Amino acid sequence: MKDATREQPGAWLPKFVRRLDPAISTAFACIIVLLILGSLYSASFLSPEYLLQQLKVASFLGVISTGMMMVILLGQIDLSIPWSVAVGGMMACAAAAFGPVGETLAIPFGVACGMVIGFANGIGVAYLRIPSMIITLATNAVAQGLMVVYTGGFSPQDSATITMRYLATGFLIPGVPNAVLIWAIVGAVATFVLTRTTFGRSVYGIGNQERAAYLSGINTRRIVLIAFVSCGALSAFGGTLLAGYASKAAQSMGDSYLLPSIAAVVLGGTSILGGRGSYLGTIAGVILITLLQSILSVMQMPEAGRQITYGLVIIVMLLLYGRGPANR
Amino acid sequence: MSEWRFWLNEQRGMLMAVGIFFVMFAIYVSNHPAGLTANVVQTASNKGVLLAFVAMAQTLVVITAGIDLSVGMIFILTNALASWLVIGSPLETGFGVAAVLATGLACGALNGLIVIYGRLQPIVATIATGAVFFGIALLLRPFPGGSVNEDLADMMTGKIFGVVPSSLVALVAVILVVWVPFSRSVIGRAAYATGSSEIAAYMSSLPIRRAKFTAYLLSGLLAATGGLFLTFFTYTGEAALASGNAYTLFSIASVVLGGVSLFGGRGTAIGAVFGALAFRTIGDLLFVFDLDPLWQPLFQGVVLLVAVSLSAFGLFRVRNRLEWFG
Repeated sequence: MKDATREQPGAWLPKFVRRLDPAISTAFACIIVLLILGSLYSASFLSPEYLLQQLKVASFLGVISTGMMMVILLGQIDLSIPWSVAVGGMMACAAAAFGPVGETLAIPFGVACGMVIGFANGIGVAYLRIPSMIITLATNAVAQGLMVVYTGGFSPQDSATITMRYLATGFLIPGVPNAVLIWAIVGAVATFVLTRTTFGRSVYGIGNQERAAYLSGINTRRIVLIAFVSCGALSAFGGTLLAGYASKAAQSMGDSYLLPSIAAVVLGGTSILGGRGSYLGTIAGVILITLLQSILSVMQMPEAGRQITYGLVIIVMLLLYGRGPANR
Repeated sequence: MSEWRFWLNEQRGMLMAVGIFFVMFAIYVSNHPAGLTANVVQTASNKGVLLAFVAMAQTLVVITAGIDLSVGMIFILTNALASWLVIGSPLETGFGVAAVLATGLACGALNGLIVIYGRLQPIVATIATGAVFFGIALLLRPFPGGSVNEDLADMMTGKIFGVVPSSLVALVAVILVVWVPFSRSVIGRAAYATGSSEIAAYMSSLPIRRAKFTAYLLSGLLAATGGLFLTFFTYTGEAALASGNAYTLFSIASVVLGGVSLFGGRGTAIGAVFGALAFRTIGDLLFVFDLDPLWQPLFQGVVLLVAVSLSAFGLFRVRNRLEWFG
């Protein structure tokens, strides 16, 4: 679409306005609208403490959405998020029960378990050519089954380590929660990887046209595998942070992250068909979703209303700018 | 190739599902303490029929190369609605049943409109509409409860002449009323053609949009029939998120087991029905072998994983690597 000779609509606009992705600017505009609405509802909504608290809550979703974005950029989807998150949290807590060695290895172990799930997804999608939606649903079911057998159907009794709690709730720099710091690091690395490395360019290439990427010599199957493994790892890492935040893991801790993570990525302007999107948009999407959740809970909307609002907001936003091409 | 071999090749997936089901059911019955009695068949049929309806719903959409991740939620929503409406005098009950089925149609129509005219990806669109449907179900039934016309419920879950489970009869009736006319109509053939190649279907000036819309519409109707039967079996309505998700997942598993191609254009609802019955029987095998029920989710997950991995055998037949990226 980047045809230099073609007259682009709105060419009279300043360059930086033209370069702005309409999706990202819409998302940021919605954030501002939500902030104004919230401040009308409650005066403390715009206070720095409250906003920082929101940013902290957003950072868990942010970490998880980063992995989801990689996969969506490939034109795939990962529906195993709920139990990747839960496995990450539960396995990290389980490792913590094994003395001091277990405590040091808690986070790496949780993340490694997430990577195993991602690896199974990646093998299925890249090498067995199973549609990602199906194979990730299946690994999600297997992960759930394993955890049910492991816990005996009850919430696990092990609790999070001090490190996990520190990462999720502590303050390394006064005033800036560690969780936000972690999201910033994860985001910076993701931005660098996506825009400045061969791997990142290959991800966009595969998302646009896997056939063409393969013919230009990219090892597409390896790239897809790596993307799924990193998605599993990031979800599990998000799970360990969540376990640290709540100081223990729970069976259903990941259930409320599947829809928001897809929504955050898609609302941020990343095409669900793959190959198009930027991390800035995902940041906007994550903050937008978190603010929406927060406003709904400030308004004491019951769970039913929240689900309906979620679904409607996603459909309406997608209808505004996520539509596929007309086929004629 | 002679006619019957062509037919056999076309129906291979379905015949495989039928075979798996009968083998599994034979193992199940021979290890069941009660053996093959009318009661054992009735219980098995009541459990299997629920999934069979949802699997049929999924099949219709999958044939058009789409996917409906909201079938489980339509199922739950209509269950919650039926626990309010399907009660009272025969007339009121009749209106209740009609209203529940109409709700299913409306849900299917919404999905269809969003996917076809909104041009959104079916995965994301139906996840989002699924959230809306579940929210409405929660509004209707914040806590499990409600009741149903028990005469009707007992009639639909009992046995006819003391032998044939009536839920099975209802399943056959729904297949005859919904699936057979659909698959033999122009719309149904257009749905297959759209799933197999949308461009070719467009070039042949088939009614693509009408075919897709009908598929989503009937999918909603079938999911609602499933929800209605769930109410007949449980006598209550419950907005259970886990149950909705499980039914969506199992419907995909049944469709795959039943030989319906997830890429569209191949397979029948009858195959999916046998896939669903087989999947249920596999899950129940654990009980007759006296294993801990805790293992059931893992076992079902592994069955699903193996079932979807089997489709990878097609890769061995690929001669040109570019076909991987179809």
